[in-house]
Amino acid sequence: MSPADAPLLAARSLSKRFGGLAALDGVSLAVRRGEIFGMIGPNGAGKTTLFNVLTGLYPPDAGECVFDGERVSGLKPYRIAARGIARTFQNIRLFANMSAIENVMVGRHVRTRAGVAGAVLRGAGTRAEEREIARRAFELLDYVGIAARAEQPAFGLAYGDQRRLEIARALATEPKLLALDEPAAGMNATERAGLGRLLERIRASGVTLLLIEHDVRLVMGLCDRVAVLDYGRKISEGDPAAVQRDPAVIEAYLGGALA
Amino acid sequence: MRSAVERVRRWQDDPRLRWLGYLAVAAVLIALPFAVDAVLGRTWVRIIDVALLFILLALGLNIVVGFAGLLDLGYIAFFAVGAYSYALLASPQFDIHWSFLVLLPIGAFVAGVFGVLLGAPTLKLRGDYLAIVTLGFGEIIRILLNNLNRPYNITNGPQGITLIDPVAVGDLALNRSYTVAGFTIAPVHSYYFVFLACAAAAIFISLRLEDSRIGRAWIAIREDELAAGAMGINTRNLKLLAFAMGATFGGIAGGLFVSFQGFVSPESFTLLDSIMVLCMVVLGGMGNVGGVVLGAALLTALPEALRYAGPLQKEWLGEVYVDPSDLRMLLFGLALVLMMLLRPAGLWPSTMRRRELAGVGEAGVAR
Repeated sequence: MSPADAPLLAARSLSKRFGGLAALDGVSLAVRRGEIFGMIGPNGAGKTTLFNVLTGLYPPDAGECVFDGERVSGLKPYRIAARGIARTFQNIRLFANMSAIENVMVGRHVRTRAGVAGAVLRGAGTRAEEREIARRAFELLDYVGIAARAEQPAFGLAYGDQRRLEIARALATEPKLLALDEPAAGMNATERAGLGRLLERIRASGVTLLLIEHDVRLVMGLCDRVAVLDYGRKISEGDPAAVQRDPAVIEAYLGGALA
Repeated sequence: MRSAVERVRRWQDDPRLRWLGYLAVAAVLIALPFAVDAVLGRTWVRIIDVALLFILLALGLNIVVGFAGLLDLGYIAFFAVGAYSYALLASPQFDIHWSFLVLLPIGAFVAGVFGVLLGAPTLKLRGDYLAIVTLGFGEIIRILLNNLNRPYNITNGPQGITLIDPVAVGDLALNRSYTVAGFTIAPVHSYYFVFLACAAAAIFISLRLEDSRIGRAWIAIREDELAAGAMGINTRNLKLLAFAMGATFGGIAGGLFVSFQGFVSPESFTLLDSIMVLCMVVLGGMGNVGGVVLGAALLTALPEALRYAGPLQKEWLGEVYVDPSDLRMLLFGLALVLMMLLRPAGLWPSTMRRRELAGVGEAGVAR
């Protein structure tokens, strides 16, 4: 298999326990380059735990993650971000008191270099880097459609704009894989449609997307492939239409009585 | 209102006017100690000197508390480390007499190392827990300095170290008075300029750091450490850097302090001193360099001004009814309570703190 065909992200039998609860129980999945991969499952199925393991917030108890040909499980979050995985959070975690553009500028941290000496002396190199950080940050705000809010503090933005800002901040780290934890939560139908278009554009720019989402219509319309988690195990995987018909999925969502 | 703002903008945009402004400020600062000496007396020049040292200290603590959001209740320990580094290497204690040009960097470096030593074990702690551990660290340093006179006498214990060398270049020692063109330049005047230079450098460094990649990363850690890590910020190294940078400022202030006093003992470095510096940062406006400078200056000067309360009572009422030193703590407490009620973000808050405390309602107003 040539490197181009190898999956961008491969999780191999990941397990994570919290006390007696097996939040992840031998989950394996492979995300291909350039696809939008959806992850669905009932509440408490382990989707967010999987995200947290993939992005280094928790070390897995067993199994490993390989990203872009390199093992990333067990690395610190900042190292995983440097390798090219960026994420958003289910309960938005912006730098609330920083302005929108400052939030995105923080995302540039991992791709820039200036240290204390550079900051204090502010030579030509640092000045050029700062200009480039601000320019790129504004460009990204424009890209997600909130350039007009650049100077506003993050906490004062409308809910949908906060979600967009989180995406802009994540994109600022130049990820190969963008992991979105319920990006449409709390959005109305118009906002959802706009979000869907934005995610399509991000994919078209060459970024692979991994998506946790509850909104079935959004997942089915957007995702190339979908995996379903239930009680920490993967119970189905495939193209959205096939997954929707899978009896195991129907049972997980609607309960055993109907299956 | 708008025209005033625009005028200030234009003033900032025109480099010639800006340099004229800097020159005017410099002229005022150069004349200040002599003017104060003539009007209020030499005591007040000394108070200004002390205020400059506290500005240096408060700016250092501001990096840790204001920028990175790490509550440090033992900050005075770094002041102590810098003070003793200087005292031991420039006094008859070991009969070593190095120049301040060597000793200030050494003091800054040693304090910075202690900053990392304190930071490393506390990396996983936050808020209250961090505050308690740093408080303990501050006390450990003080008690250590108090007891390092046995079995080998290093710090001379509670008696402290005396006859510490002044700041001197060649034969020009700052603890003597000089007469230049009819002007008497007393030690308080010459030290004023040394302290002013250091405080100005500290302000410059703080402002540059705040508006940089490093400063943004610190503020991001303060806002949400987990999200900062997920965005690729090495939170461990940046927190250690904040502790080290803050400690460095404290170390330099310590060295300057003992060269000015000529004497040092552990009782200058109590928990109350740590809290005092923290109050300067909080009352002035945490995270805002201008606010911190204002807080340090005010909290140094106000208690001194209260000393006049005694003689004034005697003059007006014929008798001293309230002892000024009692009044001092009372008014200090009252000021703290009033501040928290009226200006919770500090006298001169940073834009961010203002936003934080103004709430969502006002946030929609475009700046």
